[in-house]
Amino acid sequence: MTSIEEKFEESKRLGLQIVKESEEDRLMTLSVGPQHPGSGHFRFVIKVDGDYIVYCDPDPGYVHRGEEKMCEYRNVIQNIPHLERPVIHDSANITYSYSLAVEELVGIEVPRRGQFIRAIASELNRQVYTLYWLAIYGIFLGHSTMFMWPTGDREVIIDLLEALTGARVTHAFNIPGGVRNDMPEGFRDRCLSQIRYLQKRFKEYEDIFYNNPLFRQRTEGVAVLSKEDAIKLGVTGSVVRASSVPFDVRKAEPYDIYNEIDFKVQYMKTGDCFARSYVPLLDMQESCYIIEQLLDKMPASGEVRAKLQPNPKGPPGESYRRVESGRGALGYYIVSDGTPKPYRVKISVGSFRNMLALPYLLFGKRLADMPAVYWSLNYWPVEADR
Amino acid sequence: MASYPRDFRFGGFVVSLIWLIFWILIIVALVGLPLIFIILFYVPLPEVDGEVLTPYLFLTSILYPQSAIPVIETLLDTTFFKVAVFPGFTYAALIAAATIFIERKFLAKMQLRVGPLYAGKIEGILQLLADGLKLISKEIIIPSGSDKLIFWSAPIAFVATAAAVVALIPAAPGWVVADIDVGLLAVFAILGFFPLIALLFSWASNSKYPFIGGLRALHQLIAFEIPFILSALSVVILSGTLNLTEVVESQIQSYWFIFFLPISAFVFYISSLAELERIPFDLPEAEAEIVAGWLTETSGMIYGLLQLGSYIKTYALAALFVILFLGGWAGPQIFPAEIIPESAEAIIPVSELYEQTDANAAFWFTLKTFGVIMLMLLPRGISPRIRIDILLHTGWYKLIVLAFINMFVALALIYGGVLGPGGLLVR
Repeated sequence: MTSIEEKFEESKRLGLQIVKESEEDRLMTLSVGPQHPGSGHFRFVIKVDGDYIVYCDPDPGYVHRGEEKMCEYRNVIQNIPHLERPVIHDSANITYSYSLAVEELVGIEVPRRGQFIRAIASELNRQVYTLYWLAIYGIFLGHSTMFMWPTGDREVIIDLLEALTGARVTHAFNIPGGVRNDMPEGFRDRCLSQIRYLQKRFKEYEDIFYNNPLFRQRTEGVAVLSKEDAIKLGVTGSVVRASSVPFDVRKAEPYDIYNEIDFKVQYMKTGDCFARSYVPLLDMQESCYIIEQLLDKMPASGEVRAKLQPNPKGPPGESYRRVESGRGALGYYIVSDGTPKPYRVKISVGSFRNMLALPYLLFGKRLADMPAVYWSLNYWPVEADR
Repeated sequence: MASYPRDFRFGGFVVSLIWLIFWILIIVALVGLPLIFIILFYVPLPEVDGEVLTPYLFLTSILYPQSAIPVIETLLDTTFFKVAVFPGFTYAALIAAATIFIERKFLAKMQLRVGPLYAGKIEGILQLLADGLKLISKEIIIPSGSDKLIFWSAPIAFVATAAAVVALIPAAPGWVVADIDVGLLAVFAILGFFPLIALLFSWASNSKYPFIGGLRALHQLIAFEIPFILSALSVVILSGTLNLTEVVESQIQSYWFIFFLPISAFVFYISSLAELERIPFDLPEAEAEIVAGWLTETSGMIYGLLQLGSYIKTYALAALFVILFLGGWAGPQIFPAEIIPESAEAIIPVSELYEQTDANAAFWFTLKTFGVIMLMLLPRGISPRIRIDILLHTGWYKLIVLAFINMFVALALIYGGVLGPGGLLVR
């Protein structure tokens, strides 16, 4: 035991292999691979000394599809359906960022009502994603009710999205220029009543899941990420907000109509697994307030989509825009050479940057902490591989 | 199941049926009948009204109901009936099957869903049958490099050990397979086999995840045996005997022990959850960390046997809880003295098969066992999984201290004359 502590004290570097060659055969290499109930479509190799992890090597790329390359062969509107596949639950946000970048490139002005509907879809999708993330967190800790309840409550929001967009999950709703269609009749009242139901359920989640002594034992004080390390590692989203850095792209660089909405950035100061699992719940509650304000301030009528030419193209140039998705700052950097198809699209996702913290946090932890730490980093494997 | 091969020929089908009947007749005539005669030569046959029950007497007496009833009565008294039907294997297996089904439905209702619904007309009641058939028909994959002898025999040993614990449990006065004077000690001795089986099986699987799971199972099962035994020790102090039937008798004479020993009952309950590897103590098969723990390499009927053994163990430990703390089969008499009144001159004396005390005892025992089983299913919907260091800390420190506290309470009750022979609360 003491040798592990000595190694941990002597090495403050980030996730470097520091086991001496002579002691290598004491370790057992485990491949927490893609075929594992505890890792999603993601592989990482860990070396275990008894019950303690001494080395972790993430190995993404299992679900790499070449999203960025595929963008170069389709025009800017045709890119939307395949760009929302990296994270199907949060599809409004990943296409929101793309639409903003394209609008800046081509020079499109989005009508006001369209901006509001886009924001509503983005907030609803944020909740869909976070509830699913919470459900998987329950599975990783062995709590099957924590899987069933959020997944069931997700259906409420997915029904709303189906009424709004026509599809449940990958709806291709945000396009450059606005949204595809207007809200149906009675959507506003229905949305408000479902938001009330969800707010009631979040209180129940707090009582049953977060105040559960076993849940707290497993997550409190585990894998603390200090504020300096969080900034140095460059993590984003709920992970950095749980380490007392109140950074939210919607407040730092407001896009569309977010500068007219009044909301707080929720953050916690402890930086352990419990904070990282609690901040998304606070984000979801904040999201409910945002949706109420959006529905109030929305213009009663108007266009929802700017009229575009058949193959929209703009002058050669580049643009970079980012939004706050369920996992963190999601940015698009698009280079155009004057043709309808983009020359280069670079997607910068929060998951890939949060993955950097994984070797650093897993060092010296028990094997039983591995799922709790790994999933608390709000990592979505498909998005990180794009 | 409705598909047949493309080149199906009816003639070939009939020929294969005839071959099947031929082989059945050959095997029955040349192998089965001699075996039956050899067995009957050695097995002592029971007596019916002074006559030895030969197969000839059996076949002639079952023709008429009035002569069949004494035969059935004799058969009910044999040890074979106790082993095979009640309170032995059939009873335990039926309760295990009902437990599995109730667990899935109960858990589903807690989680806002429905559970199995489609197998069988009423709410998926045939789901177990479907799962059993599926497991039988699956291919059993043996990992290469595994120790084949232990890999095949460990699941069977698991079910056999669980069945051995069932053999010691009395379900009604006089209805126990093995009436040992040190019954409680025998139960703990048999329970000590389970960590060994888990470790052997995980070692024989020749794979990393079962290895980790087996070590965790070893740690957990051994750590919780001590609070388990200590909490049952307080019951032994109060009742003065290790014989399980007499423990229940002493509870019938005074009051149920759970009123005097609530802390012991709680410790026993937590320890039995840990012994059964149920959530929140299912570290040996923690899905998210070690795939399926020491059950990773099981497939097909090997997995089915391990699940069967696990649920039979659940019944055994729940029944033990009922016997030690909840008064066994004690309960108000709700069965009538005779099921058919004024049947002294009946032609078919069916009512001689019915015994009021046994029926009442069996009913209350089953009801209480089901109640305790539901209590054991409850944490599955409520808690996440515990971590191994917290588990060992809880098992070694907190539970042993609690068990000792209640043991001192029990000693005080005995020395204070409240319980025990001639005590204040003894009726």
